[in-house]
Amino acid sequence: MKESVADRVWTRYTSRQRWWRFFSFLIIAVGVSWSLGTIDIVWPWVWDAPAQIGDLFRRMVPPDVSNLGTILRVLIETLNIATIATFFAVILSLPVAYIAAQNTTPNRFTLWLGRFILVSSRSVNTLIWALLFVAIFGPGVLAGIVAIMFRSLGFLGKLMGEAIEEIDRRPVEALQATGASRAKVVLYAIVPQVIPTFFAVGILRWDINLRESTVLGLVGAGGIGVILQSAIDTLDWRTVATVLLAILVLVIAGEALAAWLRKKVL
Amino acid sequence: MLRISQLVKRYGNGEPVLKGLDLEVPGESVVSIIGASGAGKSTLLRCINRLVEPSSGSIELNGVEITTLRREELRRTRRRIGMIFQGFNLVDRLSVMENVQCGRLGYIPYWRAALRRYPQEDIDRAFHLMERVGIAHYADKRADELSGGERQRVGVVRALMQDPDILLADEPTASLDPVTSRQIMELLQKLAAELHLPVLINIHNVGEAREYTERIVGMRFGKLIFDGKPEDLDQDAMDAVYSGTSEDAARQHTPNSEALAT
Repeated sequence: MKESVADRVWTRYTSRQRWWRFFSFLIIAVGVSWSLGTIDIVWPWVWDAPAQIGDLFRRMVPPDVSNLGTILRVLIETLNIATIATFFAVILSLPVAYIAAQNTTPNRFTLWLGRFILVSSRSVNTLIWALLFVAIFGPGVLAGIVAIMFRSLGFLGKLMGEAIEEIDRRPVEALQATGASRAKVVLYAIVPQVIPTFFAVGILRWDINLRESTVLGLVGAGGIGVILQSAIDTLDWRTVATVLLAILVLVIAGEALAAWLRKKVL
Repeated sequence: MLRISQLVKRYGNGEPVLKGLDLEVPGESVVSIIGASGAGKSTLLRCINRLVEPSSGSIELNGVEITTLRREELRRTRRRIGMIFQGFNLVDRLSVMENVQCGRLGYIPYWRAALRRYPQEDIDRAFHLMERVGIAHYADKRADELSGGERQRVGVVRALMQDPDILLADEPTASLDPVTSRQIMELLQKLAAELHLPVLINIHNVGEAREYTERIVGMRFGKLIFDGKPEDLDQDAMDAVYSGTSEDAARQHTPNSEALAT
């Protein structure tokens, strides 16, 4: 009896697992140190950073509010870019979501078409879309709106498509049994089930778009980023500070509005 | 008059669920279909309105062969076949009135459905039927605010709104408590008599089947093995329909349990 208890050796990992774990950690450590070695960091600049931050801060304070009128105007422009783009993206994403959802898509071809649209929209960043559309439409608000629309389409289409795939099948079956046409089944059995998600996802995307539209100006696609860019270029740090504060206020206000709307809808 | 002959349904390449089933339901009769789970009761009902496609055989409703109908004709025929479900299958986020009007979707134009501008006679009919089953005061409530029994009444009214030639009820009381369950069965029985409707009811509760229907059909392994009046359903007939089925069902699963045992 004594031997049998002594024989019961228990370890959390077998020796093979232990070696595996050791090598995994080793590989990660080597990988991190290798990537740190290859990127060209000028370490004196890093050590100098706190001083630079203090210096920049001194140059930013007090914020220059002499351009406040212009800043407010472009701030509203930024808001409009986000809102218009979200609005049209939501409308465009409805048919895409419909064909990208497995349970509503008419056939395999449309399913793949829908997924292709979603993937291509999502795999390109908003700023890259903006660069593309600045080249097409020229600099300005239109390029920004279209860029945000293109990026939002994939996001909205994917989440809305998933909402369609997760609906309760039973009402659909019941309405098919009444002899209702496909379009009416969609209208009565599918739309009511996905509407809350559609609103929630639309509001979420509007919130994201508001933040994205603040940087569009960096590539010339309109919005408050244009002013930010020119202020940085002219080393007008006190205006930069005002712009950053304005963006902060806009984003916080947007977030609050989005949260309130979400509570209203759900 | 519903006439089913030699109906076969096979899912994929497996054993057929329905194996050459014959059934005739003349007008106005209320028929219970009893049988163990997996006997094919649900599949049988769903073949009649082609929610499930029959593999072969014939289903004839008032002289129309259903199995060969094409899309548009099938929709027209489905309008006249009401169905009631175990899970009620209402659209939870729509009001009771909207759910009830779903029964008219096959008849009204799309714009009326989209704008909820239902024809006045449909609204009158809806209120009339809702009053008949006692849910008229819920017309503007959302369907998910109702209790189980009330929800099934909505389901019944939705089916009746279709102005059906036949009612199919797939275990309409299986999700309800005993008292509500009896109320719904009684309602179906009375409505069938009032509206001169044939009704087919899949049911697990043999007591209710005996009490509320004039004919009982017993299914086992995709075939009819009993067909008669409630008083003809004696112990032998019950054994034929139910006995051994659970062991047989268990035997069908033995490959897995053997795998577990070894």
